[in-house]
Amino acid sequence: MSPKTLYDKIWDAHVAHEADDGTCLLYIDRHLVHEVTSPQAFEGLRMTGRKVRAPEKTIAVPDHNVPTTPGREDPSNMTEDSAVQVAALDTNAKDFGIHYYPVSDVRQGIVHIVGPEQGWTLPGMTVVCGDSHTATHGAFGALAHGIGTSEVEHVLATQTLIQKKSKNMKVEITGKLRPGVTAKDITLSVIGATGTAGGTGYVIEYCGEAIRDLSMEGRMTVCNMAIEGGARAGLIAPDEKTFEYCQGRPHAPKGAQWEAALAWWKTLFSDEDAHWDKVVTLKGEDIAPVVTWGTSPEDVLPITAAIPAADDFEGGKVGAAQRSLDYMGLTPGTPLSDVEIDTVFIGSCTNGRIEDLRAAAEILKGKKKKDGLRAMVVPGSGLVRAQAEEEGLADIFKEAGFEWRLAGCSMCLAMNPDQLAPGERCAATSNRNFEGRQGRGGRTHLMSPAMAAAAAITGRLTDVRDLM
Amino acid sequence: MDKFDTLTGIAAPMPMINIDTDMIIPKQFLKTIKRSGLGVNLFDEMRYDDDGAEIPTFVLNQDAYRDAEILVAGDNFGCGSSREHAPWAIKDFGIRCVIAPSFADIFFNNCFKNGILPIALPQEQVDVLMKDAEKGSNARMSIDLDAQIITTSDGEVFTFDVDPFKKHCLMNGLDDIGLTMEKSAAIDSFETAASQARPWV
Repeated sequence: MSPKTLYDKIWDAHVAHEADDGTCLLYIDRHLVHEVTSPQAFEGLRMTGRKVRAPEKTIAVPDHNVPTTPGREDPSNMTEDSAVQVAALDTNAKDFGIHYYPVSDVRQGIVHIVGPEQGWTLPGMTVVCGDSHTATHGAFGALAHGIGTSEVEHVLATQTLIQKKSKNMKVEITGKLRPGVTAKDITLSVIGATGTAGGTGYVIEYCGEAIRDLSMEGRMTVCNMAIEGGARAGLIAPDEKTFEYCQGRPHAPKGAQWEAALAWWKTLFSDEDAHWDKVVTLKGEDIAPVVTWGTSPEDVLPITAAIPAADDFEGGKVGAAQRSLDYMGLTPGTPLSDVEIDTVFIGSCTNGRIEDLRAAAEILKGKKKKDGLRAMVVPGSGLVRAQAEEEGLADIFKEAGFEWRLAGCSMCLAMNPDQLAPGERCAATSNRNFEGRQGRGGRTHLMSPAMAAAAAITGRLTDVRDLM
Repeated sequence: MDKFDTLTGIAAPMPMINIDTDMIIPKQFLKTIKRSGLGVNLFDEMRYDDDGAEIPTFVLNQDAYRDAEILVAGDNFGCGSSREHAPWAIKDFGIRCVIAPSFADIFFNNCFKNGILPIALPQEQVDVLMKDAEKGSNARMSIDLDAQIITTSDGEVFTFDVDPFKKHCLMNGLDDIGLTMEKSAAIDSFETAASQARPWV
């Protein structure tokens, strides 16, 4: 048998039909659904009289535009159009008989945090969702990627997707990370090295000692941003950490089924001589705490660097860099650590898990945010929130002057009232620094939770190592 | 789905790389539960100022390009979120074809589901088409999907690649779901086999 990559193995186990031209029907094991990209898909089913083929494999949760302030169970506390979308998801979940976590449920949260937390996401699965950050679930060795609404409808109706296979890309992070360097710094540094289109046409497998050393939370952070590198999906081979994380979760297998699952999961790794179409290697020790300066996730630099000039780039990037500098209101040559911020946002499917909150609280313990700064923590799920309260993290955040919010996507994409004002500059643990992403005219600098916490204390972009 | 076979129309030049889905259709317009009506908000934050007035320098606000049916853009067009509202807005505005050196994966797939043809060409060819698009409304570009050729207003011809299955669906306006349902026997037998091999799923 010819050697296979992890992606090859998962792919081969899910091809339900292959046409002569290589177009496949890929069977989908888990379909996650949220309120923003699904209403038109359910409407399509109704108009054609189609059903959800596998409701038991379909899980819905509202997250994108729900408020993160108390009282949100009452629709009158939502903007009218948000309430309409959430009500549509309520109705669709009920009418089509799919699993549902409404805002009133403590298990509600960001779909990519709820899936793993509840044991819906397991190694070797195919997982899709009408959201590009579905790549998150790749941390379990699941083939997971975002789809559009037409494809949401296609999966609802047929439990398959029409797909052609992507190419295999290996991203290896060798050795150990230095203190103060986290999963977020790895994933941003990879995008900095490959560019936002560097992964286009590929599925990435992240490997190497620095990846193995990460917790499941950290691995989810790395895979989450595979899409920002252009890849269809990011994967990490499952290991003992993965199995330990999954065991005992509400929807993970139990007893004999657990043993059978485990036996298969242990075969899910890339074979020694597997073929890679592209290989990128970074040394773990070379990765520094990083921040973004521009309006693309590839605009990433170590915190010790200075703002670049447009002329430092080539081709189409010259104009793009100038546009970014203008939009971000930055002057080339300014040290990044001199850039003052107005707001700190800790949360999102990239960095809204318990380990992220622990890392930020570690820096903030016994300290206060800078006066006048707006700072909020939005836990990724109700269960993350509850755990953080139990561990005393919530008290650390509140004493430091942070708002302690309810779970949701919040200011990552600013569909709910959590938005930046024009010109407002934010240290954010989210995943996109696009123009207007966090609110029209808002300026986003992406970084790790520890770096965001450090920025909250000093009021400027800060090297977290100076506070450790 | 609307069929796409040939198209002759005005091409609007957008010589920017990394045009992301937040630029194409900002998040405040994702609260709709319909697919239609998004064209007026296409490129909203580049197209209108804070008071909602048109920004005259933006290409689609210029008289020559108000009726553009083709967009010529820079590398990595459509990067960012999976929102199908992006192709819905493009289509609703009246654009049926986007030409760029490369596209983000999800956006690229979403186009085909909505009767939009995305064409990826080498940078130097896109540069020629960009120049042609900059001539304004007197210059019309032609696209022939069946022959897989683009003809500039000067008569220069470029060929392009397209996945045969996607081309077939686009030319005939086929509904993917209907096509897949014809293969339901294959899905049934896969499901039966998989539920025995991996009963925990």
